[in-house]
Amino acid sequence: MGLGSDMYRQQILDHYKNPRNYGELEDATFSHVGENPTCGDTIKVDVRLADDGETIERVAFSGDGCAISQASASLLTQELPGLTLSELDAMDRDDIVDMLGVDISPMRIKCAVLAEKVAQDGAKIHTGELEIDRTKTEE
Amino acid sequence: MSTQDTTPLDVERIRDEFPILSRRVGGDVTTPGEGPGDETPLVYLDNAATSQTPDRVVDTIADYYRSYNANVHRGIHSLSQEASVAYEEAHDRVAEFVGANGREEIVFTPGTTEGMNLVAYAWGLAELGPGDEVVLTEMEHHASLVTWQQLCKRTGAEVKYIPVDEQGYLDMDAAAEMVTDDTKMVSVVHVSNTLGTVNPIADLADLAHDHDAYVFVDAAQSVPNRPVDVDDLGADFLAFSGHKMCGPTGIGALYGREHILEEMQPYLYGGDMIRKVTYEDSTWEDLPWKFEAGTPNIAGGIALAEACDYLDEVGLERIETHERMLTAYAYDRLTEFDDVEVYGPPGDDRGGLVAFNLDGVHAHDLSSIVNDHGVAIRAGDHCTQPLHQKMGVPASVRASFYLYNTREEVDVLVDAVDDARRLFA
Ligand SMILES: Cc1ncc(COP(=O)(O)O)c(C=O)c1O
Repeated sequence: MGLGSDMYRQQILDHYKNPRNYGELEDATFSHVGENPTCGDTIKVDVRLADDGETIERVAFSGDGCAISQASASLLTQELPGLTLSELDAMDRDDIVDMLGVDISPMRIKCAVLAEKVAQDGAKIHTGELEIDRTKTEE
Repeated sequence: MSTQDTTPLDVERIRDEFPILSRRVGGDVTTPGEGPGDETPLVYLDNAATSQTPDRVVDTIADYYRSYNANVHRGIHSLSQEASVAYEEAHDRVAEFVGANGREEIVFTPGTTEGMNLVAYAWGLAELGPGDEVVLTEMEHHASLVTWQQLCKRTGAEVKYIPVDEQGYLDMDAAAEMVTDDTKMVSVVHVSNTLGTVNPIADLADLAHDHDAYVFVDAAQSVPNRPVDVDDLGADFLAFSGHKMCGPTGIGALYGREHILEEMQPYLYGGDMIRKVTYEDSTWEDLPWKFEAGTPNIAGGIALAEACDYLDEVGLERIETHERMLTAYAYDRLTEFDDVEVYGPPGDDRGGLVAFNLDGVHAHDLSSIVNDHGVAIRAGDHCTQPLHQKMGVPASVRASFYLYNTREEVDVLVDAVDDARRLFA
């Protein structure tokens, strides 16, 4: 079997069917929305920072789309707390692939990285480094 | 050539001419070609995106490069003459294939999209202005929709869309009201690449001609798999792509009525399309060369003619009948599942494709899982985003058939869809 079946190992399906931290954070420090226009995947990420204004305390997400994008967002909400904004910014697609624990086929990588990009752009908008309304991933 | 020969195809024999169909897939998808881990037989059901190429067409390309590669129209030497004659005669062959009067009416283009843009720029920019209307359908491919939409923005003309009803048919009553004396162009897709609807082109052409408007037929999904005759359809322009009809990528054709092409200004300027050039002014070559500036896709053009020979030898009525059989079968099997929604007209009244969604499984997930079974289908918006918005889904998957597909391959697809359902249940 090829990459596809690996892509749907238990962890992905589990997080897709039972997303963790799904919903909104009432006391979010910042939130941001992004999409893959061609797939119709959309993700909203809410982040609450600790009092130091640097450390991520809680993350929630909402949205819909394919299993890869949604499971990746769900996993990310567990991965991010404890990291600083600069550590978030330093994450790249390899970190996401590691987090998912499966090989992602080239055509699907933009689904996998959507939540990460949304969180990164949201943080940059929060710190004033970026001015956009929505994040779009295109490959 | 066969007239109304609908005897079943010898699919086994046809498949022998397409070695790619016996390759295996899986394993590492980042490097092209077969590799370790490839053990699943390929089931290629993405023919509406691009068709596979029979050996004889590949050989035609190789033969050109091996034995008479030369620029056309530019040399007196033997190779250039051989290449020029073959390239020019390819226009005659393609003209015959769609019932055009001759090479004057066939411009080789890189594909359907370019044919559409050629007419939009060369005819539309000159002819359209405020108060004029271009009538499209809600099921147009982006190649036509975006092109006319943007051209209308530039010229001040207005775009209108003939609505598609619940079943995937055009609302012809609405069409009759929409086409008026202000209409200058009616641009319609012959067979929808998303719904599979076969549109009543001749009726639409009558409507357009009653109001002195031209008709552009997007025949990308019809020329490959059924007999198409520009006069029977009443087409003023008609475009199609080689890569969807057993030919190579990068070549296609635009048919245009001779007197219209004659009046149109060139689309691209440069070498080969001119007759006389001075520092002050230039005059144009005869049709169709006036619209083929620069060194053309010579091998592609010659191979397109070979693809026409191939399809005619197999028989287009037979191909159409074969596709209709496979499509009706796939439609019936897929609609047996309550949670599968198939878009477009009933299974016995459509072109050779079926777009659908499995409830609760995103089209990209479905396509990935189906790919594990070796099945190649398209997932996405199929270049019809507005139509998908109307259907209320961001994306769908699409299985599309051709002369070399079998009922057994449809069974593999259906089992794969069933597997996705179980995985996501
Ligand atoms: C109906 C239709 N029109 C136009 C096109 C565009 O063809 P091409 O990409 O070869 O220019 C396609 C194929 O993608 C199509 O299916």
